[in-house]
Amino acid sequence: MTTHPLTSSQTVGPFFSPALLREDARRNVLTQPETFGLRIRIEGRVLDGDGVPVPDAMVEIWQANANGRYNHPADLSPAPLDRSFLGFGRSGTDDDGSYWFETIKPGPVPFNGERMQAPHIGVTVFSRGLLNHLVTRLYFEDEPTNAEDPVLQYVPDDRRATLMASRVTRRESGVAMVIYRFDIVLQGANETAFFNL
Amino acid sequence: MNNTTIGEIIRGDREVFPPYLYEAYQSTRRRAPTLPLIDVPLTISELTGPGPTISAITSEDADLTRNAGTGGEAIGQRIIVTGRVLDDRGNPVPNALLEIWQANASGRYLHKRDQWPGPLDSNFLGMGRCLTNEEGVYRFLTIRPGAYPWLNHPNAWRPAHIHFSAFGPSMLSRLVTQMYFPDDPLHSLDPIMNAVPTEQARKRLIAAYDHDVTEQEWALGYRWDIVVRGPYATPFES
Repeated sequence: MTTHPLTSSQTVGPFFSPALLREDARRNVLTQPETFGLRIRIEGRVLDGDGVPVPDAMVEIWQANANGRYNHPADLSPAPLDRSFLGFGRSGTDDDGSYWFETIKPGPVPFNGERMQAPHIGVTVFSRGLLNHLVTRLYFEDEPTNAEDPVLQYVPDDRRATLMASRVTRRESGVAMVIYRFDIVLQGANETAFFNL
Repeated sequence: MNNTTIGEIIRGDREVFPPYLYEAYQSTRRRAPTLPLIDVPLTISELTGPGPTISAITSEDADLTRNAGTGGEAIGQRIIVTGRVLDDRGNPVPNALLEIWQANASGRYLHKRDQWPGPLDSNFLGMGRCLTNEEGVYRFLTIRPGAYPWLNHPNAWRPAHIHFSAFGPSMLSRLVTQMYFPDDPLHSLDPIMNAVPTEQARKRLIAAYDHDVTEQEWALGYRWDIVVRGPYATPFES
């Protein structure tokens, strides 16, 4: 087996938005009307080491469907696919560093033969000044299975809170919306726990 | 670059990937994480990813010389950029989505934040995308981008480059990088390129002129392969 050296990473730079966030490339809304599962909105800001909003970042998410199945050929779990849900989202940040997604809460996925993972969403961040992207996970603060999640156990106690999205309910046009707030802090106090992936 | 402090926070292979903090590239200073990245077990969440699904639904648009839709053609040296997307065992990655963006021939991006006085070209959007075929081969037709100034340090110029975003088989394959052109004296002056830790890894970001790719009375040819992490990692077993 020959090993081919990987191509290095370079920053996404300041000028990616016309290409990566054009109308048919950005994916703020992951759901279709027939998508199965609890509708949630994810909102948050990307902040730098001074607490200043990052207005030129891009956030991508990857998640399982409400049954806990990824739309991917390597996921052989018996949980059913949802043909109306791909599980990929891509949002830019605006002038106050905000990004958002409309999606469903993912179901739990397996860790190994015996254990399950708490529901979570994979989060990848790109921006000018990031020579590599950053990877982390969003967990749901009101999810009781977080305490047994096998991946969270690798995150030091005092940093786990940075991975917890906080639940807020807001009424819009008379409809109660479930919102999870998840700020991504690149540096400094409350720096988000990023993964070596 | 003589004021370079290299940060300790490094992702994955330290022979390949830049550190997050690289002081000569000023934008890293307040955006680089300062705490170690956490080693986590690989699970189905990391060993899957959006690559296969978004490749199935994204339209291809690989001719940047005409895709502004004006009926006109972009000004500049017409070039073909082609190569393969491979995994770390050298196997082709078929059906991989590549998205690219670049400055025009004068070094100007079509972007509201790019305000230096290089002329815009109404026939050039500077963006394209394509999928690799069964052999992992991609091919773009575009124009050679110009170098351009930036405010990182006095008289700073970015070498000509094309930005690439790639999806592969899993989350671990995700890559955003830049392709450079051979024999450019700006390479050694560029902190973004120099943040790559080794000469070998920097060289792999530079395309090769390939006369077999060049088409007579049409376009110069460049070849550049991209290597991403393959689908071979196995999930954690306790």
